Amino acid sequence: MSDIVTGRDAVRPHQPVRHRPPKRIRLAQQAASILVAALFLFPLVWTVLVTFKSKAESAQPPLPPWPVNGWSLENYHSLDQFGAGLMHYAENSLVIAFGTAALTVVVSTLAGYGFSRFRFPMKGAFFILILATMMVPFQSILTPLFLILTRLHLNNSLVGLILIYVTLQLPFSVFMMRNAFDAVPREIAEAARIDGARGLKLLVFVLGPLVMPGVASVGLIAFLNAWNEFLGALVFLSDQDKYTLPILVNAVRQGHFGAIDWGAVQAGVAVMMLPCLALFLILQRYYIRGLTAGAVK
Amino acid sequence: MSGTEIDDRPGGAPSSARRVRRRRRIDYAGLFYIAPAVILVVVFFVIPLGMMVWMSFHNWPLMGRPRWIGLGNYATLWHDQLFWNALGFTIYYTVCATIGLLAVGLALALFVEKPRPGVSLYRTAYFLPVVVGFASASLLWLWLSNVDSGLFSPLAQRLGLTEVLYNVNAQFDSAFWSVTLMVIWKMSGFYMVILMSGLQAIPADFHEAARIDGANSRQRFLFITLPLIRRPLVLALILAVTGSMLAFDQFYIVLAGGPQNETLTAVYWIFNQSFVSFRLGYGSALSVVLLAILLVLSLVQLRLLHGQEDGR
Repeated sequence: MSDIVTGRDAVRPHQPVRHRPPKRIRLAQQAASILVAALFLFPLVWTVLVTFKSKAESAQPPLPPWPVNGWSLENYHSLDQFGAGLMHYAENSLVIAFGTAALTVVVSTLAGYGFSRFRFPMKGAFFILILATMMVPFQSILTPLFLILTRLHLNNSLVGLILIYVTLQLPFSVFMMRNAFDAVPREIAEAARIDGARGLKLLVFVLGPLVMPGVASVGLIAFLNAWNEFLGALVFLSDQDKYTLPILVNAVRQGHFGAIDWGAVQAGVAVMMLPCLALFLILQRYYIRGLTAGAVK
Repeated sequence: MSGTEIDDRPGGAPSSARRVRRRRRIDYAGLFYIAPAVILVVVFFVIPLGMMVWMSFHNWPLMGRPRWIGLGNYATLWHDQLFWNALGFTIYYTVCATIGLLAVGLALALFVEKPRPGVSLYRTAYFLPVVVGFASASLLWLWLSNVDSGLFSPLAQRLGLTEVLYNVNAQFDSAFWSVTLMVIWKMSGFYMVILMSGLQAIPADFHEAARIDGANSRQRFLFITLPLIRRPLVLALILAVTGSMLAFDQFYIVLAGGPQNETLTAVYWIFNQSFVSFRLGYGSALSVVLLAILLVLSLVQLRLLHGQEDGR
């Protein structure tokens, strides 16, 4: 009798019931979490460690992954021997990634402002046109894009690639920025307007700071996508001087007469990978916000 | 939306409402702000799309004059066994990768959904491979699966799983699953985040009520969790299917379409026709077909979403 009563009492105390599993299960859960995390992280850690092996050691299987005969930067040196040098290609990649991020931010902020704050004819049609870009993957329009770039004398140029990357980013970015402007209370724009701020001035000095989180998401995602993109760069950049890092490292792995310098390839992978990981870890919040914006809406 | 704002305001509401209405009159300045975006989309999306259709009716070499051949390319395509093989392989890969990605993504999402010590660290760890590019991940996997200098084969040999070094990339099945595993490793964190946002939007009361009614955890998952995350689930499905149907980087870098051209994907075949053989017209016709297939697939999946919403 009494145990039923205590059983009931246990269920209806003032605080809501929290079904906390027993300690043993919680420990098992933590152990499993760490195990899965190790599975996800090991290829990344493995690669970075391997790049510091000496050249001779890099040709051997990476067991263990860390250098056995002393740490060395030989692999980075041999990567640097390729073509115009590592810095040159890193610069190409940086130009493309920063250029894409900056232009995406400018174009999508302007468009987001326009779509959020103005009424004009065909507004809905234009908005759908921009979002529809998402439905048609750019892989399927590579051939005509190639001809258009040639016609515009932008083939084999970083500028041409940037323009294409920006277009690819637009559906997501414009959507994101329109929502960011929609979320700014109308009273703020109203007050600024009374103080004499209009048009571009209103956008840059009053609304701009308020949509900064959106700008950060849009810029970060554009940067990472441009930095990592492969197929477009492979097709549109045929001049070895214009290669971005992914195309460079792909060329390195094709090797000389079948002999692949695995150490140099992994050094290249590390150079491509580490900036992404660092950026993500610093700006995680904005990345995840951008990613979930589509899922929640 | 502005309506509720105005209604909330006491007293001076009417005048302010009128002011809002007046300010929202047609203003062509908006066109100026959206112009750069629209121009980019027209030049690099609408025009290429039209050109693609136009080119697909031509014999279009890189140099020299294009020649109108009507439906010639489509007739060739109809008998192009290699294209249909590539498409078949792409669909096979899409089914396997989509099931793998959604299953692992959902499992991870359920696993890290609730707050507990260190959970945000685990989420970050599972998500990290997503921010690494496909090219980087593929080059990484190319090395890991290399028979002599990589990790998988020597490790399996040392653990005594295989007698001699086993070349993962020499057989279709092992090569295919190795690449699919790479994609799951790289992308499941992405689906975890999308599905987790859906899971966290489910009010805790729902599970509580079902628990009190005696539903076990399997029933709660099937009849509460799954129906309530339908929207993110369909979104994840569309993204996974579209992404997999367009697969290129991983098969180009890790397998180069081998062994015996068995892992050529549809995009890979288009790439070969357009930019290796420079049959630009034929490549366009292939693109038109692929695009049509993708659109139909997306529409079917969207129907899944809307059909469900009507039923609610």
